[in-house]
Amino acid sequence: MSRLVKRSVGREQSIADGLYADLGRRIAVAPPGTCPVDMAKGFLSLCSAQSCGKCVPCRVGIQQMAALLEEVLRGEGDEKTLEHLEETARAVYDSADCAIGYDAANIVLSSLRGFREDYESHIRSGRCKTGFFTGAVPCVELCPANVDVPGYVALVREGRCADAVRLIRKDNPFPTVCALVCEHPCEDHCRRRVLDDAVNIRGLKRYAIENAGVVPPPAGEVSTGKKVAVIGGGPSGLTAAYYLRLMGHSVTLYERRHRLGGMLRYGIPAYRLPFELLNQDIDHILSTGIEVHTAVSLGQEITYEELDKNFDAILMATGSHLASECGIPGEDAENVMSAVYLLREAGAERNPDFTGKKVAVVGGGNVAMDAARSAVRFGAERVYCVYRRRREDMTALGDEIEGALAEGVELLTLKAPMRVETDDSGKAVALWVKPQTPGLIDSSGRPKPTNASLPEERLDVDIIVMAVGQKAETEMFEKAGLPINRGLLQAMPNGQVMRNGKVFASGECATKPGSAIQAISSGKIAAANIDEFLGFDHRISVDVDIPAPRSEDKPLRGRVNTSLRPAPLRKLDFDGIEIGLTHEEAEAEASRCLRCDHYGCGILKGGSARKW
Amino acid sequence: MVNLTINGRSVVAQEGMTVLEAASAAGIDIPHLCFLEGLNEIGACRVCVVEIVGHSRLSAACNTLVEEGMEVLTDSPKARRARRTNLQLILSQHRMNCPVCIREGSCQLKALCADMNLLKLPYEADIRRKKWDMSTPIIRDESKCIKCMRCVQLCEKVQTMNIWDISGTGSWTTVDVAGDCALKDTSCTYCGQCVTHCPTAALTARDDTQEVYEALEDPEKIVLVQVAPAVRAAWAEELKLDAALATPGRMAAALKAVGFDYVFDTNWAADLTIMEEASEFIQRFTHYKDYKWPMFTSCCPGWVRFVKSQFPNFTYNLSTAKSPQQMFGAVAKSYFAEKLGIDPKKLYCVSLMPCVSKKSERALPTMVNDAGDPDVDAVITTREFERMLRSRGVALNLLGEIPFDSPLGESTGAAVIFGATGGVMDAALRTAYHMVTGENPDADSFAAVRGLEGWKEAEFTIPGAGSVQVAVVSGLGNTRRLMEALEEGSVHYDFVEVMACPGGCAGGGGQPISPDQELAGVRGDKLWGLDKVAHLRYSHENPAVQTIYKEYLGKPLGEKSHHLLHTNHFGWDMPGKK
Repeated sequence: MSRLVKRSVGREQSIADGLYADLGRRIAVAPPGTCPVDMAKGFLSLCSAQSCGKCVPCRVGIQQMAALLEEVLRGEGDEKTLEHLEETARAVYDSADCAIGYDAANIVLSSLRGFREDYESHIRSGRCKTGFFTGAVPCVELCPANVDVPGYVALVREGRCADAVRLIRKDNPFPTVCALVCEHPCEDHCRRRVLDDAVNIRGLKRYAIENAGVVPPPAGEVSTGKKVAVIGGGPSGLTAAYYLRLMGHSVTLYERRHRLGGMLRYGIPAYRLPFELLNQDIDHILSTGIEVHTAVSLGQEITYEELDKNFDAILMATGSHLASECGIPGEDAENVMSAVYLLREAGAERNPDFTGKKVAVVGGGNVAMDAARSAVRFGAERVYCVYRRRREDMTALGDEIEGALAEGVELLTLKAPMRVETDDSGKAVALWVKPQTPGLIDSSGRPKPTNASLPEERLDVDIIVMAVGQKAETEMFEKAGLPINRGLLQAMPNGQVMRNGKVFASGECATKPGSAIQAISSGKIAAANIDEFLGFDHRISVDVDIPAPRSEDKPLRGRVNTSLRPAPLRKLDFDGIEIGLTHEEAEAEASRCLRCDHYGCGILKGGSARKW
Repeated sequence: MVNLTINGRSVVAQEGMTVLEAASAAGIDIPHLCFLEGLNEIGACRVCVVEIVGHSRLSAACNTLVEEGMEVLTDSPKARRARRTNLQLILSQHRMNCPVCIREGSCQLKALCADMNLLKLPYEADIRRKKWDMSTPIIRDESKCIKCMRCVQLCEKVQTMNIWDISGTGSWTTVDVAGDCALKDTSCTYCGQCVTHCPTAALTARDDTQEVYEALEDPEKIVLVQVAPAVRAAWAEELKLDAALATPGRMAAALKAVGFDYVFDTNWAADLTIMEEASEFIQRFTHYKDYKWPMFTSCCPGWVRFVKSQFPNFTYNLSTAKSPQQMFGAVAKSYFAEKLGIDPKKLYCVSLMPCVSKKSERALPTMVNDAGDPDVDAVITTREFERMLRSRGVALNLLGEIPFDSPLGESTGAAVIFGATGGVMDAALRTAYHMVTGENPDADSFAAVRGLEGWKEAEFTIPGAGSVQVAVVSGLGNTRRLMEALEEGSVHYDFVEVMACPGGCAGGGGQPISPDQELAGVRGDKLWGLDKVAHLRYSHENPAVQTIYKEYLGKPLGEKSHHLLHTNHFGWDMPGKK
C-alpha cells in the first residue's frame, strides 16, 4: 500500500457535480414570484443533504427548521411557530460547527427578516402573499417594457421579421436600439437556462430588425385636440412622444442639443450604436407626426410658464447629463475631463485626437468601458482603466470588459485614485493611485477596497477621464417650483410630479442612471398615465397573430452568440462592432425558445398581454 | 385541411384544430379532465396526454395543434401509463368520501377513474384542507379541489368577475378567493357558474334541504313550494325518467309526493311581475324626462348584485319590481294567508329555483314582511330537488300528472319563458303593448329577442307610444360590455333584460350538472315550446292575476302593489361599499 495515492474523480462524483451544476442554473432562473417560505424549505432540504452529520445543530436542527417551515406552508403555524423557528435558527447559527450548518441557519434568518410579511400571511390566512403570475413568462416579466419576447421570437422563426418589429414596437419604439445595446434583462431568468443556456434574445431581435425592411408605424387614433409638451428627446421622451402621438394627442418635443437621441447618441459610442441605426428608430418615431424643436433648453429658450400656458400636459424627460466628481485634488486640471463630456463630443461627431497620448479612465462601469474604448479609437497610445476594486466587482458587463481588453485597454484594478499631478502650466501629467486590498463584503455585496500597506504609485498619463457616475440637472425644475428629492425630480410611481398636476416626469431625471430599456419603459408608463390624466383610455395594441408553438422535442442545443469584428480591425474606427446572426443561426436560436407564453403557467391567463 | 393519423386511422382536420378536437371529430375519445372548451385549454391535468410519433415526450391533446403528417397515438403504453399515473397523483390530493359526496353522480374525476380501470392508489394521501365560511351560498372545499382552474377561467372570461384566483406557488398552488378575502366580502354575484363547471365537489352550492325537511316534518307548519320556470325544463335530467314523462304536471305530483302542502308556480308570480314591470315601463316611458335610461329588469339576483357592485350609478335604472320569487313570497304570506284565514307565521314558503343567487336574495334584509319574517323561508336548487326525490324514493314512473294548486298556480306562456334569455322582455312587451293599445299583439311579435346570442338588440313600435329600443343580455361578460357601451354613450336603449347566467335561468347555477355540456339552449327551447302551446300567452290574461288585482291589490303600481311587490334596491349594500 503506497503512503499517498492520487485520487481520481469517480464517475459518481462527476454525475453529482453535473447535477449540482444543473441545480445551480435552475436556482439562478427561479421564476420571479416564488414563495419565499417554500424556497427556504427547499434550500434547507439541500443543506440537510450536505450535512456531514457530526454536529447536532446541523444534523437535527436543519431538519427541524424544515419541519417548522412545512407547518407554516400548510397553514397550520401561528406566531409561536415563527418565534420557535427563529429561535432554532439562531441557535443553529450560533452553535453549528461549520459553515454548512450555520449558513443554512442564516438562510432561514435572512428569509424571516426579508419576507416577514409573507410568513405572516401564511400563518394568518394560510396563503402566500407573493403574486403567482409575476413569473408566468419570465422574459416578458423581466423586460422593463414587457415586450412580448416569445411572440417575436416565434415570428422570427417563421421568417416574419416585419411582424416581429411591429410586435416589439407595441411596447418599445426602439427595436433597433435595443437590438444593439439592450442589457437584455429578459435573458437573466430565461427558462431555457434550466436546460442549457438562455435564448439569445437580443441577437434574435437584431436579426429581426436587419431583415424586416421598412415597417411603417400603425395608424394613430383620431386627434384628441390635446397638446402635450415633451422636454428631452432621449429614449424616454421619444418613447412617450411616440405613444402619445399614437393615442391621438398632439406632441411638441423640445431638445436641448442639436440632434435627438439623448444618451443614445451623446452617451453610447457609435461603434456600439451606429448613428444611422439610431436614426432609423428616431425617424420612425417622428414619422407619426411629432413637432420637434432642437437646441431649446428649458429655462432658457423656453420657460416653464410658457409650457404651462400652452400645453395640457408636460413631460419632463431631461435625463442625467451632469458628471459626478471623483473628489480628488487636481481634478479640475487641464486634460482632466468627464466621460460624459468625452462621449458627448463623440456623439456630436467632434472626435478629439488622442494620437500618441496615454489616457487613464477612472471607473469600472459601462461608461468607463465606453470611454476607454472610445479613447482607443481616438488614437491613444495606451489606455488604462483605473478601478479601486477587483475586476469581478466592476459593474460593467462582462462582454464590455472583455471587448475593452481585446482592444488593448489595460485594467489597473485595486488602485484608488488619490490625486492628479500637474505641470507648471496646470496640465495633468500623472495620476497617483493607492494600491488596495479587498476587504469585508459591504452592503453592495462586494468586498470593500481598503488601503494596502504599499506605497502610492504614479501613473504617467496625458489625459484623465473620470467615469465615476452622473447625475441629473435639476436647477430648471427648482426654478419652476417643482419638487426635487435627492437630486431628482420627484415623481409618483405613475410619473406624475404633483397629485392631479399636469407635469409628469420620466427617465433618468426622475429615476437615476439606468439602461435604455428602463428609460423606454418609464416613457411608456408616462404616456399611459398622461393619456389617462387627459381623460382618455386609449390602448396600444397590434394585430399580429402570434404563431402557435410547434409540436416538437426540445433537445439540448448550444446557444448561438453574436460575434464581433476582430479587435485589431474594429479598434481603428467607429463602425459597428457586432455581427448579427445569419439566417441559419437565427432559425436555430429561435427554435430554442421554450414558448413560456404557451407552456407552463403562461397559457393560464391567455399568454402575453395583447394591449396596454 | 391538415392530414394526420390518429391511432393509425387517417384523419382530415381543419387547420388550427387541437388534437383533442380532431380526435373527437373523428369519433376518437381522448380522456380529459381540466379541459373546458374555449375557456380552459391549459394542459394542467395532463390526463389528455398523447404520444406523437417521433417525439420523446408526450403532448397535451387539448392544446397541441394538429400538424400535417402528424402521427398521434392516444392509447400507446407510454400515454396510458402517464395518464394513469397523473390520475393517481390527482387522487392522492383529493379527499375521496365518494359515497357521501354531493357530486357522487356527476363527478368527472370519478367517472374518469372508473373508465381508466384504476384499481389501486399507490401514493400516500396528502389531503389539504382550508376553513370556509359557510354563510355564503357557494362553498369551496379545498380537499376536493383538483386545481383544474376552470372556475378561475370561467369567472374571469365568461362572467368577468375575477372572484377566484390562483393562490400560492409551487406545490402549494391552489385556487382561492382573489385578493386574500372571504367570499362574503367580495362582489361575488353567486351566479354559481363556477359550481356547475367544477368537475368535482370542490365548489358546491349550500344544501338547504335539511331546513326544508324540518319544516315538512313540523305539524304546525303549512309548507308551500313555488317552482321557477326553468326548473321544469331540467328537473328530471339526472333522474331515471323518460324525458317525455318529465312534464310540469308530473313535477307537481312529485313535489306533492315529497310532502309539500301546496305546490304553487313561480310562473304565477312571473305573470304578476309582468303586470307591475310593464306598467312601470309605460309609466317611465310616458314620462321619459323624469327617469334615467334604460330601465333594467330586476328579476335576476345575480344581475342586481352585479350592477350594485360594478356599475352602482345604474342601480337607479333597475325596475323596482321584486323578482317573481319574492313577489310570490310576499303574496303568499299576505293574500294567501288571509284566504286561508291563518297567521302568516304558520306558513313556510319554499322556492325551488335553477339558481344559487336566489339563496342570497331570499336573505336580503329588504325581503321581509311587516312582522319582520322573510317572505321566502328557504330556497332549494333543482339539484337539491333531485336529491330529495332520490332520497325519498319517489316512484316517478307511477306518478300521474296533476295541476299546480290554486290560486297561485295558474300561469300563461308569457311566464314560462322567464326561464330563457329574452323571455322576460318578450313577455313584458306583450303586456305593455296591450296596456298601451288595448289590443293583444301577435304573441310571436317580439321573437327578435329570443335565442342564445349573448347580446341581442331590437326595436319595436307600440302604436300610441312610439318606438322602443330594447336589448337582452345574458352572461355577466356580455353584460359588462353592454354596460360599458351605455356608460360610453355608444348605445342607447329604453328597456334591457339582463340574466347573469349565459342563456338565462335555463343555464342557471342551480341546474343539474352535465359535464362537458352546455344545456341552456336545449332547456330554453323546451320553455319556448311550452309557451307556444299554452292556452294563454299574455300575462294580463292570467285569471288568477286578474283576480288578485280585483280582490286585493287594486291596480298595478297601486299602493298595495307598491308595498308588497316593489322593493328598494338601496335598502342593502354590497360588501365593500363605503
